[in-house]
Amino acid sequence: MDFEKPLPVATATSKPFWEALTRHEVQIQQCADCQAWIYYPRAFCPECLSPKLEWKQISGKGTLYSFTIARRPTAPFWADEVPQLIVVVELDEGPRLTSTLCNVEEGDIRVGMRLQPVFDDVSGKDVTLLRYEAE
Amino acid sequence: MGLQGTAAIVGIAELKPEKKPTGPEMFSIEQWAQLARLALLDAGLRPGDVNGLVTSAVMESAMFAPATVAEYLGMEVDYAEHVDLGGATAAGMIWRAASAIELGIADVVVCALPGAMTPQPPDAPPAMDGWLYGASSNAYGSPQAEFEIPYGNIAQNSGYSQIANRYGEEFGYDPRALAKIAVDQRTNACANPEALFYGKPLTIDDVLNSPMIADPLHMLEIVMPVSGGAAVVLASREKAAQTPHRPVWLSGFGERLAFKTPTYAADLVRTPIGPAADTAFGMAGVSREDIDMVSIYDCYTIAVLLAIEDAGFCGKGEGMDFINAHDLTFEGDFPCNTHGGQLSFGQTGMAGGLSHVTEGARQIMGRAAGNQMARCDTVFVSGNGGIMSEQVALILRGD
Ligand SMILES: [Zn+2]
Repeated sequence: MDFEKPLPVATATSKPFWEALTRHEVQIQQCADCQAWIYYPRAFCPECLSPKLEWKQISGKGTLYSFTIARRPTAPFWADEVPQLIVVVELDEGPRLTSTLCNVEEGDIRVGMRLQPVFDDVSGKDVTLLRYEAE
Repeated sequence: MGLQGTAAIVGIAELKPEKKPTGPEMFSIEQWAQLARLALLDAGLRPGDVNGLVTSAVMESAMFAPATVAEYLGMEVDYAEHVDLGGATAAGMIWRAASAIELGIADVVVCALPGAMTPQPPDAPPAMDGWLYGASSNAYGSPQAEFEIPYGNIAQNSGYSQIANRYGEEFGYDPRALAKIAVDQRTNACANPEALFYGKPLTIDDVLNSPMIADPLHMLEIVMPVSGGAAVVLASREKAAQTPHRPVWLSGFGERLAFKTPTYAADLVRTPIGPAADTAFGMAGVSREDIDMVSIYDCYTIAVLLAIEDAGFCGKGEGMDFINAHDLTFEGDFPCNTHGGQLSFGQTGMAGGLSHVTEGARQIMGRAAGNQMARCDTVFVSGNGGIMSEQVALILRGD
């Protein structure tokens, strides 16, 4: 059975985030009322529920908060990608996001390591995934 | 604040966990009826005594689950609830039922969780979504569909592995201590003929030599879903007086939900069971030292470690030393999951969470098998939904 890997489908709320990635830029929201940085994109601030959220360009750099080395695929889609290096990145602005790690030896993965974005243009699709590598 | 402890578990039913079901396939509502029947028989109560029911999802109806169940059972009830807390559903059902009883809304409430596969239509392909996406939602607009699933952050192993790796960074990691949890629980299962792994002893080396699934989690530290089902009947003090077993009073509970995907946890290694347990102990007016047995939701060994620490049975970061220093078996000085836990009793789908409640009740009622503790009056039960994200704590007590 062939499985096409699931890709994100942008919504009206998240469109600026995904569009920025296709330009190899990282944009996340900041609350105009409480200044909280927000990830993932929302219509309301998770700190104060304000609807006044502004898109801001950031470096996308951060540190490794934790990681998974999945030796069995987490779902059939990734059977060809084991071990999957699934990571939690803490952005320098504070929010955490889920990504995968590239260009790294398993033994070099350390909680706290500095990370920078890798813009993964999915071939044949108008979508770019935000992956990470060591800074 | 909270419960007075005047609602009790008075009847339990639990199907023997099986890797391959030997009985005929039944729909969820049929399993519900079977489990309710057995639990009411155990309590010596009649279907006509029931005026409350608590269910989770039933496979045959995406909506109106409580009414669907009530109609199928032929019951008109004054209290019905649909609980949706993943692995914490079972424990969440118990406090809701007890609260309804203490409020006087109902005096006999059945909570049931079918845990067996249901029949598929004869000429339709099986639905794939549950298998492909597990507990993650791939619906349009779901944060998981957009920000987790495309990166493969799906199912439970990934999140628990992230927890374990973060824990290791902050506190160090002793694989043998984690393996000992599975081993001590297996010793319990070997004294419990109902357990899936009865008669199959386990060593720490067996655990550590089992395949690495997601570092540092080995296969034998991870539950395997099997077939089964369980139900519990709760009753008011007046009704409980008419039942045959030692009543198991719910004297305290706490609940805390914090996130869906652990990426967004405020702190991956300080989990919501902490505040839930504090509420439960405060309500019950008992201390950690009063607990005779802990019945901790054990989808992974690391989940048990974190619950022991965060629920306050030892200090933060001291869990591995605590496990090495204590005997977690039914004859030990810190009995934990005396039925074998889901790791060794079997994770019977959603009913696996209820096994922690039924085992607490069994020990207090004095009805366990070879794994019966010499004395058990007070039990701490935890329910854990998602990836340490939904937590329920219960304190069960015998008179
Ligand atoms: Zn705000």
